[in-house]
Amino acid sequence: MEKLFQKISLGSASLVFVILVGIFLTLFSASKEAIEEFGFDFITNPDWNKEIILETTPTVTDTLEDSDEIIDEDDMILDEDDMIMDEDEVLFEEDDTNTKTVFGGLVPIVGTLLTTLIALVFALPIAMGIAVFLAEIAPKNISHIVGIAIELLAAIPSIIFGMWGLYYFAPIVADIVGGYQVSLLTAGLVLGVMILPFMAAITRDSMNTTPNVLKESAYALGATKFEVIKDIIFPYSKVGIIGSIILALGRALGETMAVAFLIGSIFVLPSAINDPTISIPVAMANNFGEASGLGESALFYLALILFVISFGVISIAKFYFLKKAH
Amino acid sequence: MPVMNIKKFSFTYPGVEHPSLRNITLPIEKNKITALIGPSGCGKSTLLRAMNRIHDLYPGNKYDGAIDLLDFETGKSKNILNIRKENEFIKLRQQVGMIFQKPTPFPMSIFDNVAYGLKIAGIKNKSELEGRVEEALKGSALWKEVHDRLNKSAMGLSGGQQQRLCIARAVAVKPEVLLFDEPTSALDPISTGAIEELLVELKKDVSIAIVTHNMQQASRISDYTAFMYLGDLIEYDKTENIFLNPKEKKTEDYITGRFG
Amino acid sequence: MRLLVNKIFLVLSVLSALIGLAFLAWILTTLFIKGLSSFHFNLFLNDLIDGGLRNLIIGQFILAGLAAALGIPLGMAAGIYLQEYGRGRYASLIRDLSDIMMSAPSIVIGAFVYAVVVIPTGGTSGFAGAIALGIMMLPVVINTTDNMLSLVPRELREAGIALGASKYRVILDIVIKAAKVGIMTGILLAFARIIGETAPLLFTSETSNYFSVDLTQSFPSLTVSIYDLANEPEESSRDLAWAASFILTALVLIINLIGRFITRNKNN
Repeated sequence: MEKLFQKISLGSASLVFVILVGIFLTLFSASKEAIEEFGFDFITNPDWNKEIILETTPTVTDTLEDSDEIIDEDDMILDEDDMIMDEDEVLFEEDDTNTKTVFGGLVPIVGTLLTTLIALVFALPIAMGIAVFLAEIAPKNISHIVGIAIELLAAIPSIIFGMWGLYYFAPIVADIVGGYQVSLLTAGLVLGVMILPFMAAITRDSMNTTPNVLKESAYALGATKFEVIKDIIFPYSKVGIIGSIILALGRALGETMAVAFLIGSIFVLPSAINDPTISIPVAMANNFGEASGLGESALFYLALILFVISFGVISIAKFYFLKKAH
Repeated sequence: MPVMNIKKFSFTYPGVEHPSLRNITLPIEKNKITALIGPSGCGKSTLLRAMNRIHDLYPGNKYDGAIDLLDFETGKSKNILNIRKENEFIKLRQQVGMIFQKPTPFPMSIFDNVAYGLKIAGIKNKSELEGRVEEALKGSALWKEVHDRLNKSAMGLSGGQQQRLCIARAVAVKPEVLLFDEPTSALDPISTGAIEELLVELKKDVSIAIVTHNMQQASRISDYTAFMYLGDLIEYDKTENIFLNPKEKKTEDYITGRFG
Repeated sequence: MRLLVNKIFLVLSVLSALIGLAFLAWILTTLFIKGLSSFHFNLFLNDLIDGGLRNLIIGQFILAGLAAALGIPLGMAAGIYLQEYGRGRYASLIRDLSDIMMSAPSIVIGAFVYAVVVIPTGGTSGFAGAIALGIMMLPVVINTTDNMLSLVPRELREAGIALGASKYRVILDIVIKAAKVGIMTGILLAFARIIGETAPLLFTSETSNYFSVDLTQSFPSLTVSIYDLANEPEESSRDLAWAASFILTALVLIINLIGRFITRNKNN
């Protein structure tokens, strides 16, 4: 019984490994067709689902031969197959034009990175401010209540952010900044509101690990609250804070529903920050249902790229920064 | 007649270079209280914890020598350091029980706590369980205080009561030896006194080994005392000899408070 | 001067907290107003085909429930391994991988389940959706079990072993019991999280207009339907989407608060 129990728990734990490896292998094999077809150009090509007409090399079907009758404009011996030609001409026949459909991931990749960047820039100062408020400024019971409110904000489902963002937040942003309501900017800002509570909570926890004696020593020297936070607490919890930022970044990269409502979903590189575009998760969300063949493989290629980037970013946050703190 | 015989016993913790115990030879006499005393780090707890092989929860220990346990049924001694199989470990711990420094009530009712060792030993009969639980609680001087709330959570008891509960729990299984690892150091003086009285009562039925950093406690309740220092057994004798007439200088220095 | 800087900083910090609270209030108020205005009790009696939400709400619960039936036992067993049996590099690796999995993009998990379940079985199904949600729940349960077990004092385990119990008995009878409240809270919070998910369901179980308990076909989902409804041109669809959003958020927040309430009670 003991042995059985050990085996079951070991097996369950190994499931994590199996699933992660499984995800990578599955994505890789499903995107093989697209990888073979497009290679690394996929990353730099902005055309998605575009039919490219290849150069038609007309095939020569007939040439003048000595036996052919040469006629000039005065003679017109024509039959249904006759074509008027002169001795220099060669008969051409229109061939079927060669077309091929290409998929390039540049637009969604850029969209993913830019929305995440906007989200980070927007959320960072506010999240830090909230963390400072919760950890150092608010009295205990207010900190408790506000803390719960922030955690509730984190619990709100992504699709709700999409609904609220599209119908209430985006119009206001568009009024202020001009441009489209569905755009890189509005998507990035709503994404920022979404990662705000996560960053704030982890930063607050990091700040709370600062030993009280350290803070007290600084206060005892006459430092202001701002100086204690700036010179003692932040440096002490720096590693955890940076880790939380990178982790929030990792989560923002993979966010789907809110961005789907707000980014506009068109495969066009934005020329301005308030232009609509698309991100990888949104491209997948919108197209997976109908895609097949090369198109489907291209979506898996995008998924693979997203998976690798997210995995990399989150790993960096975890291993380097969060480990250093301990 | 010793119920346990520790012979040239050495012990090294996993991953550590030097042994924490060196060549300890020491009997645990039947129906007597043997106290292990010495300054912090002398190895007394390490020695105690070897006697029910609880070190083996954390693999990688190195043992040398022997710890013989007398089997009451066969009259023969067996070296418990040779135990490998799961069911032999279980049997050992049913013969040699342990009470810890921090009271460790399980998150269940008072009744279930005391009955736990019995249930895993296979006793299922309700009236038998009730009888054994009552016996054990009476034997730990706790029955009067809890008999009317046996199915209340054990977490609601005071520290002293919780420790007596742990003693009842260990006693219920009717072990031959009971190991006490600083059982009163986390308790107030009144609870400490109650438990010391209890130990003196208990030795009628079990043999007791107790680790204590409180010399007065050792001199109050124990029949034999072993003084340890930095992993070595410095001196072992009847308690009154250790305290009134120590043979080794180190023992005398410790007793008189020159260090410790 | 220093005092001025300090004051400004404190004001900015309080301002940030207010901004955070403002967003929460804004969203909740929006949901309340828009959701309640389209609210009527028929929503709970009719299925989507008749303009109600009944099949969607029940469907979402079934999907999340099935996911939990997968994720909870496997997650707890894995968490037990990490804390009670695992030693050394493999356990560390699994722990790290599980943490990474917690932050993995949910749409990628949907794509994975699409490739390994939907394609081989020839179509979308409730099972596929539940599996995707289960994969999302797994690392959260592992993490919470692992952490809660680590808070149980060492001596409690030793006391159990000292009585002659075998290790698995000590884990099940004593250690898990001692960590019970914390684990339950973690599980409830994990459940609240997956019941609000949309992306993993989009192409694994999709949604359905009809009442269904047939997990082998497309399965009704509240979240996926909100997305579909919001994309429809009719005003009535939009209103329904708001009502559904209100109900979904209420559900998620209530489960969340129950989880926190349990912990608060235990600590008293």
